[in-house]
Amino acid sequence: MLKIENVRKVFNAGTVNEKVALHGLNLTLNPGDFVTVIGGNGAGKSTMLNAVAGVYGVDEGKILIDGVDVTHLPEFKRAKYIGRVFQDPMMGTAATMQIEENLALAARRGKLRSLLPGITKQEREGYREQLKILDLGLEDRMTSKVGLLSGGQRQALTLLMATLQEPKLLLLDEHTAALDPKTAAKVLEVTQKIVERNNLTTLMITHNMRDAIAYGNRLIMMYNGHIAVDVSGEEKKNLTVEQLLNLFSQASGSDEADDKLLLS
Amino acid sequence: MGSLINALPGAVSQGLIWGIMAIGLYITYKILEVSDLTVDGSFCTGGAVCAMMLVAGYNVWIAMVAAFLVGMLTGWVTSFFHTKLGIPAILSGILTQLGLWSVNLAIMGMKANQALSVKNYDMLVSLRYLQDVAKGARPLWEHPLVTVGLLTVGIVAVLYWFFGTELGASIRATGANSNMARAQGINTNRNIVLGLMLSNGLVALSGALLAQFQGFADINMGRGAIVIGLAAIIIGDVVFSKLFRNFALKLVAVSIGAIIYYVVIQAVISLLNIDSNYLKLISALIVALFLAVPNLRGKVFKGGRKERSHA
Repeated sequence: MLKIENVRKVFNAGTVNEKVALHGLNLTLNPGDFVTVIGGNGAGKSTMLNAVAGVYGVDEGKILIDGVDVTHLPEFKRAKYIGRVFQDPMMGTAATMQIEENLALAARRGKLRSLLPGITKQEREGYREQLKILDLGLEDRMTSKVGLLSGGQRQALTLLMATLQEPKLLLLDEHTAALDPKTAAKVLEVTQKIVERNNLTTLMITHNMRDAIAYGNRLIMMYNGHIAVDVSGEEKKNLTVEQLLNLFSQASGSDEADDKLLLS
Repeated sequence: MGSLINALPGAVSQGLIWGIMAIGLYITYKILEVSDLTVDGSFCTGGAVCAMMLVAGYNVWIAMVAAFLVGMLTGWVTSFFHTKLGIPAILSGILTQLGLWSVNLAIMGMKANQALSVKNYDMLVSLRYLQDVAKGARPLWEHPLVTVGLLTVGIVAVLYWFFGTELGASIRATGANSNMARAQGINTNRNIVLGLMLSNGLVALSGALLAQFQGFADINMGRGAIVIGLAAIIIGDVVFSKLFRNFALKLVAVSIGAIIYYVVIQAVISLLNIDSNYLKLISALIVALFLAVPNLRGKVFKGGRKERSHA
């Protein structure tokens, strides 16, 4: 479903701040894969997701989604294939617009936006049903401005928006990192529900080792701009946090105590 | 006091005309969240195009449509500087505005102004019509307040419809959160182009109306337009934000804001007997005052803490 081939991305090339963020990155996702992504700061996790989403171009390599080469497509055109939830709850929704307006915008992802009404009565009923899945009572506040919602509510709404128009690929960039533990657990629960219901191919970045093990069918660990560890199936299911930390040490050398702390 | 009452219908009519410009500015300033300084130039462009078309013998409606279209073109130029060349929006507007000075002079045949005598041309609005209606020489529906009022209602209705469509909603999303908009497959650059074009079209239309109303187009007629537009938007917001929640009513509030602004200016001039050369200074101070209101309100009522809005 997603194929990343030999991708290289350098920031501030040719300056003292030069940083090779992605270094010969290769990754192939099969349809229905739910992959959790871990790695220390600067490992290239977010850069990988942004490169796939088209926030910026890559210096070398190719990115294919469902067989389509999207390497040179602008961000808004790739959106046709991709649903996204960001780390910052403010980023995924339009605060000054109503809940139902946000949903209606998302429902038209990848479609031509014409002079037909931006939202229809029939759609509203559909959204009401969809919002019930979130179990946050938002179905009774459909004309409220999104700015009035809490961070957790906004992330849950963004998740629903990302999947309203079924994406070929769902990208979750630490979408629970800015939430309190209880809300984060709730949003993860909703994530699991929505991903399973539509059997979505998903890439989820997380800083939480336990979540990385508990969710999805495959786990990858990034280090220095490439994939250092890739476990799936039974092996992943039986993984413990201890083992994961050991794998990380092996992959990255022994002097990574700082990153270990960050990950635990 | 007497001079104020005499000047009132004229001031209200002018306010209503400037209100259309302010509604155009609302599209960029409030919906797209872009400060577009093109308006100081495109307002005059609208007046100049309309005047020259009337002089050339075209029908007033055709002249106004032409002013609208040329105004859209000026908006396109600014959006080209901004979205294609990557120049910051404010600077793009300043560049277009500067360039338009020469263009506007060229449109008027390298003259600084073009007279439009009400006797020679069949115009939609004129200060003279206002006096004629008062004397009973013309029917009431030719009163500038009625014509411009109806035109404003029509414009508000069309904008209300447009910003409710799929395309219009995507323009609103572009201004509200461009990251979200792109993630939802919205071509944000194209929407900025559309918004700037629509906005400057309306600004030029307003300039066309003012040229008719005052009986001439002048190279300086748009100077300070952005300040008047901002004043109208902010006055409308400060006065009506609690009352008007609906988008159409918010646009009406902008129009009323422009009227309030003009009446206040007129009152200051006639009651205090100030030299009209100080008009721009007074305008700047009035707008500064209204711009400061939300901030001052927070300081006075929230124990000196500065309130910041989460937009």
